[in-house]
Amino acid sequence: MDYPLIWFILIAVLWTGYLVLEGFDFGVGALLPVLGRHPHVGAGVDEAEKRRRVMLTAIGPHWDGNEVWLITAGGAMFAAFPHWYATMFSAFYLPLLLLLVALIVRNMGLEYRHKRDDDTWRRRWDAAIITGSLLAPFLVGVALTNIVRGVPLDKDFEFVGSLGTLLNLPSLLGGATFVALSVTHGALFLTVKTEGAVREDAREVAARSGGVAAVLALTLLGWLLGTQWSVTVASLALIAALGLVAGLVANHAGQEHAAFAGTAVAWVGAASAYFVALFPAVMPTTLADGASLTIDNAASTTMTLQIMSVAALLFLPIVLAYTAWTYWVFRRRLSTSHIPAPVLVK
Amino acid sequence: MEPVDLARWQFAITTVYHFLFVPVTIGLSLVVAAMHTAWLRTRRPEWLRLTKFFGKLFTINFALGLVTGIVQEFQFGMNWSDYSRFVGDIFGAPLALEALLAFFVESTFLGLWIFGWGRIPEKLHVATMWVVHVGTLLSAYFILAANSFMQNPVGFRYNPESGRAEMTDFVAILLNKVQLVAFPHIVTSAYMVGGAVVMGVALWLWRRAAAPGAHDADDVPMYRRATRLGAVLTLVASLGVIVSGDVQGKIMTEVQPMKMAAAEALYETEAGAGFSVLTIGSLDGQHEVFALKVPKVLAFMATGSPSGTVEGINPIKARNAELVAQIERTYGSDVARITADADYTPNIPLAYWTFRLMMGVGFASMALSALLLWVTRGSSRPPVSRWGMAAAAVAPLLPIFGNSFGWVFTETGRQPWLVNGLMTTAFGVSPSVSAAEIWTSMTVYTLLYAVLAVVEVRLFLRYVAHGAEPFHEPDEAPAEDAPLQFAY
Repeated sequence: MDYPLIWFILIAVLWTGYLVLEGFDFGVGALLPVLGRHPHVGAGVDEAEKRRRVMLTAIGPHWDGNEVWLITAGGAMFAAFPHWYATMFSAFYLPLLLLLVALIVRNMGLEYRHKRDDDTWRRRWDAAIITGSLLAPFLVGVALTNIVRGVPLDKDFEFVGSLGTLLNLPSLLGGATFVALSVTHGALFLTVKTEGAVREDAREVAARSGGVAAVLALTLLGWLLGTQWSVTVASLALIAALGLVAGLVANHAGQEHAAFAGTAVAWVGAASAYFVALFPAVMPTTLADGASLTIDNAASTTMTLQIMSVAALLFLPIVLAYTAWTYWVFRRRLSTSHIPAPVLVK
Repeated sequence: MEPVDLARWQFAITTVYHFLFVPVTIGLSLVVAAMHTAWLRTRRPEWLRLTKFFGKLFTINFALGLVTGIVQEFQFGMNWSDYSRFVGDIFGAPLALEALLAFFVESTFLGLWIFGWGRIPEKLHVATMWVVHVGTLLSAYFILAANSFMQNPVGFRYNPESGRAEMTDFVAILLNKVQLVAFPHIVTSAYMVGGAVVMGVALWLWRRAAAPGAHDADDVPMYRRATRLGAVLTLVASLGVIVSGDVQGKIMTEVQPMKMAAAEALYETEAGAGFSVLTIGSLDGQHEVFALKVPKVLAFMATGSPSGTVEGINPIKARNAELVAQIERTYGSDVARITADADYTPNIPLAYWTFRLMMGVGFASMALSALLLWVTRGSSRPPVSRWGMAAAAVAPLLPIFGNSFGWVFTETGRQPWLVNGLMTTAFGVSPSVSAAEIWTSMTVYTLLYAVLAVVEVRLFLRYVAHGAEPFHEPDEAPAEDAPLQFAY
């Protein structure tokens, strides 16, 4: 069995799962000021606050588990392709630092916002959640696009570029696309998980952000095909584009679940296109005298990969099962009437 | 400062900080699961109130443990990429398994517990917190397996072709003898912390409720019960810490003799060595100037026999040339290159003092819990003297800092090794990362962590001051449109 190939696929699956899952909770966080505003003149502050709480409660039981997909992707890269992990994490030093800060303040906001009944407290954590939810998908997009594009690695697989190297046009476009897709995905998640005013407004927002996401995504996928043309990459890019467009059409027709499935397919298609375009390299170099990391020269030994494969085979289905169960447990739509009084702690 | 020193400082800051929250998470998840189970079994309102009260303190703490944990996973690659390359074949597996087996479980089931009130059947709801607790134990097991490899590398070989250490026996790595004692030592220390948090918080609330005219005077029995419960857990767990620590000392003497010698500032080899109460070394760190010792105790701690021989710092140092030659013979010159160091001695005062502080605060915590159990026996009045207040304040801090001292000791005591006898710390750092970059990240983490610590502690104290909420009969089958019992 070709274990490095299996692990390349598994890591692609973990990243894809991360984008599909945390993509929507990033989107919900980013939409807090848009969907959680005063609905109309004369509506009290209470109504806006209740909308925000509906949105956050919709992702409440899930966002933390969603984020573990990122942690597991990182851990799997470390275990299966130590050179990939080492090169990528040291090369993307400052963007990753910023990503960590974004995730930290956002997670703290999600955990702490509801813990006091105090407007200043809530406003500050709102700012943390919104900033983090926009910044994190942007940086993930920048990082993954840079990997596909290639970065300057010397013959020892060491990064010899600078921060400026990473801030190139395609990667910034990748970042923007990930943000727009997350926002659309998040809005559509709210259409399937809420009812009432949030649901109605989320549908409209999805239509608008979806248009932006479509333009960005098509440009990005066009760039990808221009540099990494192959029939498989083209097919996957087409699936991504069709998924997004079909999702937007379904949203227009009020088919909420189909619309959310559409953006999920868009994530799967786009992420798969990225990883297939990368293969068999895992981090191509842009230097003529440098060395690219590939699934073979970056991989761990067969023994390590075998052990990890057994563990993944046994436990990934279990993880998927209880994750699915959690979504089933919290399947009920939420509305502002479900929101209880705030905590008594001032 | 050189990148390696900065990267070490950063690892120390972020790891010690992370580990302030880890033992609280392990310890409190057990307590909350047990309290929730007690409510299910007895239907006594106080158990449900305590479950919810300590459950909130648990989630306030868990948030920080979680976010600082992500930094931990990332920084091996960010700051220590050469280390990650060299041992990734071995070290990555427990980290990946920790994510796959423990993190998914912890985060998913904690979400179920937090949002589960009135939304999942009660027995299942109680079970979710037990699952969270098991998740924390699995997490501890895997990360300690990774750390134990650094203390005592086993189950691997050096492959000269790939130029890295490679796994040969995963079971040996998971059953490393250092690991088999470190795990119970860490888990029982975490239980001490969980017990001490409950003891300190409940004692403070008990004293407040017992004060004349208190609004929650009826809650005195509940807080008394919680205080004593916390004290019992701390006391029982401290016995586990002592027993596991004792075995650990002997294994450390065997696999890392320099660490034991540094812990005792024992410069020359001695038969029947005494335990140092105070040793002052010369400025060049070569020999002792003054020492006050309890006879035979160190020999017993290190070897199990009061007349056993404990090797001193200087003779171990003298064996270095031999050691490096042996590494070269065993692993070849490439590995010998990454084992170079000026004198192979850790920071002796640091090892000496952190070792003592670890034991000192541990024993103090144990004594405090025993004393508290004694003075509160059969009485519903809390200790009213001023020391009762002080005890409440320091109770949780003692074992938490005990954990910190223990980690600072075990990690700095291993220096200059990153992986004992295989790779020195200087060779593990990322070659492509500049000192300026590490300065940047260290400044950012330190400032962010400091702000979060202030926010966390203030929120924690606010919840403590709020006390347990009044009892409400839980609605097990709420109507579809009824407000949720918990929402963000």
